Amino acid sequence: MQGWTRRMFMGVACSMLTLFGLSVAQAQIKIGAVLSVTGPASFLGDPAKKTLEIYVEQINAAGGVNGQRLQLIVYDDGGDPNQARTFATRLVEDDKVVAMVGGSTTGTTLAMGPVFEEAKVPFISLAGALQIIEPVRAFIFKTPHTDKMACEKIFQDLQRRGLNSIAMISGTDGFGASMHDQCVAAAPRYNITIAHTERYGPRDSDMTPQLANIRNRAGVQAVVNAGFGQGPAIVTRNYRQLQISHPLYQSHGVASKQFVELAGDAANGVRLPAAALLVASKLPANDPQRAVVVSYTETFERRTNQPVSTFGGHAYDGLMILVEAMKRAGAGANSQRIRDEIEKTKGYVGTGGVVTMSPTDHMGLDLTAFRMLEIRNGDWTLVPDGGS
Amino acid sequence: MSEFLQFAFSGLTVGAVYALVALGFTLIYNASDVVNFAQGEFVMLGGMGTVFLLAMGVPLPVAVIGAIGVTTLVGLGLYLFAIEPARGASAVTLIIITIGASIFLRGVASIIFDKRFHSLPHWFGPAPLSIGGASVLPQSLVVLAGAAILVVLLWAFFERTMFGKAVLATSANRLAAKLSGINTGFVVGFSFAISATIGAIAGILVTPITLTSYDVGTLLALKGFAAAMLGGMGNPLGAVIGGLVVGLVEGFGAGYLSSQYKDAFAFIVILVVLFAMPNGLFGRSKIERV
Repeated sequence: MQGWTRRMFMGVACSMLTLFGLSVAQAQIKIGAVLSVTGPASFLGDPAKKTLEIYVEQINAAGGVNGQRLQLIVYDDGGDPNQARTFATRLVEDDKVVAMVGGSTTGTTLAMGPVFEEAKVPFISLAGALQIIEPVRAFIFKTPHTDKMACEKIFQDLQRRGLNSIAMISGTDGFGASMHDQCVAAAPRYNITIAHTERYGPRDSDMTPQLANIRNRAGVQAVVNAGFGQGPAIVTRNYRQLQISHPLYQSHGVASKQFVELAGDAANGVRLPAAALLVASKLPANDPQRAVVVSYTETFERRTNQPVSTFGGHAYDGLMILVEAMKRAGAGANSQRIRDEIEKTKGYVGTGGVVTMSPTDHMGLDLTAFRMLEIRNGDWTLVPDGGS
Repeated sequence: MSEFLQFAFSGLTVGAVYALVALGFTLIYNASDVVNFAQGEFVMLGGMGTVFLLAMGVPLPVAVIGAIGVTTLVGLGLYLFAIEPARGASAVTLIIITIGASIFLRGVASIIFDKRFHSLPHWFGPAPLSIGGASVLPQSLVVLAGAAILVVLLWAFFERTMFGKAVLATSANRLAAKLSGINTGFVVGFSFAISATIGAIAGILVTPITLTSYDVGTLLALKGFAAAMLGGMGNPLGAVIGGLVVGLVEGFGAGYLSSQYKDAFAFIVILVVLFAMPNGLFGRSKIERV
């Protein structure tokens, strides 16, 4: 009896060993992700982490990439660029990842960039700023649209309405200041004059003095608010309080249900550029992005019980662009090959838009990535894209 | 003219909140020589408490009373569990304790409530009134009236009631007050509670206009402290006028000069006043008895 047990144990041990041996033999592809899962930028990093975990699991369940399983290594930088850089070095030197999808904020991305450039490991960033890809760096890519595109989308809509003289009211925080500068730079190309400029602090609770000045300024035909957080909600409320009749444009920074709730009735008629993901169910059936955004929304919300956010969508796009590049590069391809294939991404339909990269464009989105929305009765409506 | 009025109403509304925060600083400072940097958190608790009681299905009047009650208890708790045990410590130590308390309250609020911004409905609807060409929210008038009523009630309390006189006596000379039979510990605890009540009321009045979140208290405490210093630390009338002046300087600064440097104007005015009058507009210089 005892011998039988021992034999059985040996058998189990052997089969365990074989299993273990097999999983070693089936080499894994290591993908790194340094994200701001906690800290002030957790609203960016948290949905990104969840998205990556859900989809890496799905890809592995479906047999992996080129017959190899993906192994995701996530580090949390807490929003601190110093930490991010340390983790980036660890990913490259200790974990030896073949590629990285991460970098929640512009600050952490810019801190990590040189590490990946030097190690020649492709790095797909999830942060917004244009500086990440301009000038182009060989190994750095990004998925989110930029402030500049938001400005251009707004200006396009203004042109269509025949308006060419605007006032800008911008927050003095990083987002507001950056978008303000991008808009000022982009305005001449759309024959738009910025007739008046006002600023407000990111924590200000009353913008009526600034808006009163805009109202009294002759020649202003529309107002653009570059801002993030609660500022734009207060601007919108004060705008109605002062009964200013010009069209009001907000930025993609407030494209969330929360903005509509906070601004209440005052938000009626406000227009803003936003990613297709926000209006997934409202997209027409022939929209190229409809299938992907509806599927991502459904998966994310079922698995996390949280409303979908564009920030998670950026991570989805980053992972999928990488996976498709790895498939094209073939099994066992090195980082250099994968980088070359990422750069050749063409017509990838993601949550953020249709991506076609080139050696001079490491983001690959055009203005069709943004939809112009108008808020009506507390809900989004799509403004038909005449032209563009 | 209409824009002058517009800027003035903007400044007065914001200033009324600074004034109520400054008043809270003053009450506690008078009773205990402590500058309570958790004063801004009381404003936050009033607003956030009402928002969340309302979200739980409690009717608005009950939610308002509940939020004021809870905030008052928090104020009392701050005294009983943080200030009272450190009774013998210097004023600086106590001030550091209040800074710790403010960080603690903010952290707890971010967990119990959430980190998003919230609003409350306007009491008389969001449709603006036109006063001399300026568009004014009815809620702004509610804030101004509420602040005025609070100031009058406080004045009546200090001047017309025995207990109010006991508080005044404690602030004038704590030892003498104790010797004449006043329970000074109770008076100090009471001043924390009443400051919390005023903060909570300010938070509830102003949330429909300014929105609220778990961390609105920091900036309010800073501006309220500046207002109290401007008016003269320890002078209730000075606190109210200091608050209104800071608010008006911000409003007119943003309107007539430059909105980029709006916050700078307020602090420049405060610096200039304090250089010229180190004890603030209404403060008396302290006489140290040897």
